[in-house]
Amino acid sequence: MEELIKCENVSFSYENVGVVKNLNFIVYSGEYLCIVGENGSGKSTLTRGLLGLKQPALGKIVRCNGLGLNEIGYLPQKTPMQKEFPASVFEVVLSGRLNSHGFRPFYSKEDKQIAHDNIKKLGLEELIKRSYRDLSGGQQQRVLLARALCAGRKLLLLDEPVTGLDPIVTEEMYRLIQELNSKEKITVIMVSHDIFAAVKYADHILHLNFDKSFFGTTSEYMESPMGKYFFSEDNFNK
Amino acid sequence: MLDITSIFEHSFMIRALIGGILISICAALLGVSLVLKKYSMIGDGLSHVGFGALAIGSAASFPPLEFSIPIVIVSAFFLLRISENSKIKGDAAIALISTGALAIGITAASLSGVNTDIENYLFGSILSLSNGDIVLCWTVFAVVMILYILFYNKIFAVTFDESFAKATGTKVGLYNMLIALLTALTVVIGMKLMGTLLISSLIIFPAIISMRICKCFKMVTITSAIVSITSFFIGLVVSYYLATPTGASIVLVNLCVLIIFSIVGSIKDKISAKNYIK
Repeated sequence: MEELIKCENVSFSYENVGVVKNLNFIVYSGEYLCIVGENGSGKSTLTRGLLGLKQPALGKIVRCNGLGLNEIGYLPQKTPMQKEFPASVFEVVLSGRLNSHGFRPFYSKEDKQIAHDNIKKLGLEELIKRSYRDLSGGQQQRVLLARALCAGRKLLLLDEPVTGLDPIVTEEMYRLIQELNSKEKITVIMVSHDIFAAVKYADHILHLNFDKSFFGTTSEYMESPMGKYFFSEDNFNK
Repeated sequence: MLDITSIFEHSFMIRALIGGILISICAALLGVSLVLKKYSMIGDGLSHVGFGALAIGSAASFPPLEFSIPIVIVSAFFLLRISENSKIKGDAAIALISTGALAIGITAASLSGVNTDIENYLFGSILSLSNGDIVLCWTVFAVVMILYILFYNKIFAVTFDESFAKATGTKVGLYNMLIALLTALTVVIGMKLMGTLLISSLIIFPAIISMRICKCFKMVTITSAIVSITSFFIGLVVSYYLATPTGASIVLVNLCVLIIFSIVGSIKDKISAKNYIK
């Protein structure tokens, strides 16, 4: 297993208030890491840092073993504007290939083939000509996941991918992500509110909590004070 | 039967037709991105800034178009910045800038005493295009078309999902500026045709119309251009026969087309919903 991303003593501030302090962790290829934490704990800021859109105030984030920014597939949070957007499924998925283009203006045959492959992989063939705005929330997320796969084969960075989905579709989405991780050996970093799904699917947990953040394997997390707090019987029955 | 060809025996009508079609296409293409990005008001704001600049330019007897193009381009970048930073404030800021520029323009024009110009800028003077104007139209058309086609895929990505585009290394700011630059050029030239008050309709109507019935981005773009040309042509011919103001007639044709397309679109949706249930 090779290292993909290494965070060394990373601190972030947001609007001059420190949100993340002294964070250390390493993501190896093939892992499934869930980043959890309360609102305002710096999940989004850290995500932007991992994508290279924001420099940490202190410390550094290293992308190792030649992991380029154009090998990271990103699934951002939905914007309300997209709901009404007239674009076909194929157009949306294909746009994931842009990052490997540089200044080449048009898509190649290879780009289109990759888009087709990913559409097939996520079971979207029947929807390929449909308009993105006519799809259900779960289908839209799958389209965006296919686009993320077009953008990066090595690492998927998912920012709250199940927000607004109903329980059944949420479960499907989680299973799909797990399959990509286990069968396709794609490294997954998922930002989530859903701590129960996090421990169910991920093999590593990063719980952000200012300077007392936790990082470790899922079983270590369950034994930690933070994990115990969330999974104590009291909380479970609430 | 009306003899349409006889209209185009006048050379001023031919110039109006050529200039109008070229600018209609530019406006329609850019309109799709602007409307989807919720930047419709920027086109409107720019036209008012353009009016202010034209009025000051002609009051100070600078060549009006050459004077106003750089000013409008700078304001385009500025307006874009504002609406990126915060939505509600940006909305209000555009209104402030456009009414402010309008007031400056009217004052400048009235102080310098050239009131015929004012009317031309406010309501357009498509029937009095000079050969030089046509050259300018061709230039703007060429610039917009070449850049739009070359960067079509990137414009799509930036329009659909800025955060994804940014995260995967597309220079979002650069392409937003490109859209603003092309819009600024189109608006300034378009003002000569349609007037300050109506130019934004050329940008907004075709995009909204084509979105009623088209399902994919490429079709929306192409349909917008076709709708824009057709409405322009019908508006021009109608205004000739009924002696109505040309700019206003074109907008009214667009309005009719929008109503027709909305009805067709909703019928289409109902049919496909029925098929789905079956």
